[in-house]
Formats: sequence, C-alpha cells, structure tokens
Amino acid sequence: MVDLDLAVPAGSVFGFLGPNGSGKTTTIRMLLGLASPSAGVARLFGETMPAAGRRVLPRVGALVEGPACYPFLSGRDNLRRLDAADRTRDARREARIETALERVGLTAAGGKRYRAYSLGMRQRLGLAAALLRPRELLVLDEPTNGLDPQGTREVRALIRSLAADGTTVFLSSHLLAEVEQVCTHAAVMRVGRLVTQGSIGAMRAAARPRLRVVTPDPGTAADVLTRCGLVATSTAAEQASDGEAIVSGELTGQAPEEVCAALVGAGARVRSFGVEQASLEDAFVALTGEGFDVVE
Amino acid sequence: MSSDAGHLTGRAGSGGALTGGVISGGRPRFGSGLFASELRVLFGRLRTRALLLVLAGVPVLIAVAVKLSAHPPRPGEGPPFLDRLTQNGLFAAVTGLFIVMPFFLPLAVGVVAGDAIAGESGLGTLRYLLVVPAGRVRLLAVKYTAVLAFCLAATLTVAVVGVAVGGALFGLGNATLLSGDTVGLGTALGRVVLVALYVAASMAGLGAIGLFVSTMTDIAVGAMAGTVTLAIVSQILDSVPQVSAIHPWLFSHYWLAFGDLVRQPIAWPQVGRGLLLQAGYVAVFGSLAWARFTTRDVLA
Repeated sequence: MVDLDLAVPAGSVFGFLGPNGSGKTTTIRMLLGLASPSAGVARLFGETMPAAGRRVLPRVGALVEGPACYPFLSGRDNLRRLDAADRTRDARREARIETALERVGLTAAGGKRYRAYSLGMRQRLGLAAALLRPRELLVLDEPTNGLDPQGTREVRALIRSLAADGTTVFLSSHLLAEVEQVCTHAAVMRVGRLVTQGSIGAMRAAARPRLRVVTPDPGTAADVLTRCGLVATSTAAEQASDGEAIVSGELTGQAPEEVCAALVGAGARVRSFGVEQASLEDAFVALTGEGFDVVE
Repeated sequence: MSSDAGHLTGRAGSGGALTGGVISGGRPRFGSGLFASELRVLFGRLRTRALLLVLAGVPVLIAVAVKLSAHPPRPGEGPPFLDRLTQNGLFAAVTGLFIVMPFFLPLAVGVVAGDAIAGESGLGTLRYLLVVPAGRVRLLAVKYTAVLAFCLAATLTVAVVGVAVGGALFGLGNATLLSGDTVGLGTALGRVVLVALYVAASMAGLGAIGLFVSTMTDIAVGAMAGTVTLAIVSQILDSVPQVSAIHPWLFSHYWLAFGDLVRQPIAWPQVGRGLLLQAGYVAVFGSLAWARFTTRDVLA
C-alpha cells in the first residue's frame, strides 16, 4: 500500500474498486484501526488511526470482510451485543434494533439463531449492525456478496436511500457493474496502488463513445471511418456467408449522422449502425490501459 | 504490504462541518453495558452451562457414593475431609472443591479464558466489536472480569450444590474442623464460602495466563489446550522435589492451602502467600495480554 489518499466527498457513494488482492480490504482495515501500516500512518476524517479510534469510529458504521456473528445467538441478540459494546448508550436500543432489522428485511427472522441464517440473511444482519446508529460514514466491504438478485437490488436501494439521507457510503467491490449502478465517485486500486479516482461521470467522459457498423463491405467502411477521423478502428468478421463484419471506431467529436452519410456515399452497405456510450469498464481500460481483472 | 512513504488517508467531507451531535445519548460509563452483555453471552452459552453442570456433579457424586457404600470412610481414608462427610453434609462442598481443584476447575477456567479473545477472533466478531468501537483495553478488562466471574460462579456452584446434597443426605449441624475444634453451623457455612472464594481467587492467575494465550491466536481450542496444559505442567513441576527452588513461584503451589481456612483459628500465612502469588501472576500476564492485544493487527 503506497501513498494512498482517497478523497471521499461527504454525501457521496464512493466505489472502491480493484481486483481481488489489490489491497482494498487491507486499506479498510487500516482506516478502521484494525491493522497498522508497516510504515507511515493511516488517517480517517483527518485523524490518525488507530489512536483516534475512540473519537472517529463512532461516526463510522462498517461491514468488513463479510458478516461475523455469534452462531448461538439470535440475529436480534447479536445486534444487542454489538450495541452494548458502544460506550454511548441510550434507552432506545430496542427501537433502534427493530428499525435496523426492518431496514434490511429481517424483522421476521430476528429471533432465529444466526447459525440457521442463509448467507444472504447473514449479509443482511451485517448491514443491520452497521445501521444500528446514524453514521456519517458507512464502510461497506462487498455488501452484496452472497445475495440473490432480489437482495442485491434491495441493498442497492438501501445504499441509495442512505446516501439520500446524507450518509457518505464507502463501497468496496470487485464488481464494476455494481459500482456503476450506485456510485457517484470511485477509486481504482491495483496491487496496492491507487490507479485513479474521481467522479463516475468524469471517468466515463474520459472514454470516447464507440461507433459500430455492421456491413458486408468491411474494407470500404473501415477506410471511411479512418478518413472521417475515428480512432482505434477495428474489424470483426461475423458468421454470415457474404463477408458481413462489425467495423467500429471511437468518435473524437464527429457527428454520427455525417459518418453514416459518408459510409453511404462511399458505397458501403450499412445493415446496422449505432453509437455505444462508453461503459465504466471502457473508462477503466482507457484510464489504466488494461483490462479490469488483471491480477499480477 | 511494502511501503516506504506509506501515507494512507481517508477523508470524508470538509472537516469541521461533520463534527456534531449525531451520536448523542447516555453518559458514557465504563464497561457496564458491555460487561452485562459479556456475562449474558458467557453464561447463556451451552458450553458454559455444561462446564458448570460437570462441576456441580462432583459433590453429588461424592455424597451419593459415600451414602451408598456399606462402610463409611475411616479417618484419613480417601481425599481430605471425606471422612467427616458422614458427620456433616457440609463437607461434601469442601471435598468437592478439593477434588475439582487439580483438574476439572483449571480445565473449565482454561476453556473460558482461552476462548476470551481467540473465540471472538475466530468468529470474526472481534473486528466488529473493535469497530463499534468497544475499545481494546476496555474489551480486555471486560473479558478478564468475566473470567473471574466464571471462576466465582464455578466454585460457588460446587459449594452450594455440595452443601445442598450433603445436607440432604447427611444433615447439617455443628462441624468439627481440621484443628479438632467444633464450630456452629453458621461459622461452618461461612468457612465453606471462604474456601469457595479462595479457590476462585486461586484461579485468577491461570485466568490471566489464559487471557494472554488467547490474545496470541485466532484458534480458541488452541488457546484452551495451551492454558490447561500450563496448569498441568505447573502441578507436575510442583510435585518434583528436584526443582523445589521454583515451587513457591508456581501458580498452582498454594492451590490446596484452603485447608487452612477450615481450622480454628484460621491459619493465614499460606493463604496470604497464595493470594499474593496470584496477584503477581495477574499483574504479569495481564500486562502481557494488554501489550499484545493493544498492538496486534486484527486480521480475522
């Protein structure tokens, strides 16, 4: 982990991306004061961790490396236990526990022993634990692990509603699509180093939209695209017998309709024509110069 | 994780605006909420109850065996105090404590103390407790206090069950002490309580050792086995005359000194030395546990 400075704007949903083993969880551990850096310091809210943990951690809710509870206690008792560990106490413990269970859809299963929970229910209970008190920052490490598609959607909705309430969410994930769907900002890690960070919009803007033409005259089409000034053109042959192929290139400011007219003018038969907005994955390829799931 | 200029910063927002009374509520108090929760979790566990049940079975076994046997134990026969059982049921408690002392009780204390930190670590709950934040020193203090509470619960269980079963089978009354003096039932019961307290206090050192071992691993069973092994090693060394120089420093050396509490008047020197030795062990291993636990990385 080298010289990592994550600027997480208040109220943002911050995606912390990186392949397995890139140092996401280690970073979170250091920020939460669970581990110490081998050299240097970790700061959270501008305060040195773990020394300032007593001041800083009450402002933070966390789901680190999956849920962990006492298997012999019920879900509700597990939350009671964690809440009892908090120095700041108030009389509304039971009410807060019920609210947290309700938010993650575990009210009915709250009395069941944790041992009998499915992976998805365990994940939900972990989230409920992080939601026991109002927090300024929620650190969620792979919060949708083990959830079914329905549960994944619910968690996304939950994250959005938390963000809407003003909670800053720090979401660590190796799933690009997940980050793309819920996050406003993101950072990318690779083997202990920060590759890039910023708003999702800015990242996406860094990648150009791609024009895609299906044509039986790939040679002519490719020439036209190059002549129009598109870059990174490529041709992929299709299965069709008449030499049909997909010709594509990145737009660098040209109007697609003009390119289309040029194609027709040059006699290239156009069967399909479209512009694809860059996905976050393309953005990462553009920013890092390589595929996302590269682990060294 | 190699790092030369490791500078790791997380910022949320622009500083000052974020400080504020989001987390308001009760006045912070040391450990009481967590300690109550710790006791509930500890004594609510099936394992803890099973340990107490096994300990409670010892005085029952003794009393029933003596009752059923055709020949009451003659003076000096069997473990100390056994020969007095037929005259006074109270001695089922004292004999019971004597029998659990070398193995059953250290085993139970080793299980509870060895599990204290390693168990939480193994379950992964430790990281969540620390993130709450429970505070490492506070958590360690709460854990050790709970171990002491278990020691007390264990010896009182043996004492209470012993007095109840012994009383039911042999009756209670004036008791003849080891010094030959006879005291009234009230005094005798007081002595039984004193013995239970001393036996519990005798486990304080082992509890601290167990806590220290527990901070060194994520595998609770390993910490338990290690602690129980140390208890056995200490007693073996204590029985080898060639190493008599270290005998007074072994934490098990004064474990059986509680016989002195069943004399009239009470002979304090050995008991006092035993308590002092336990305090020393608590100080040393408590400090080691503190040093280890407050600096270690929690990776499980």
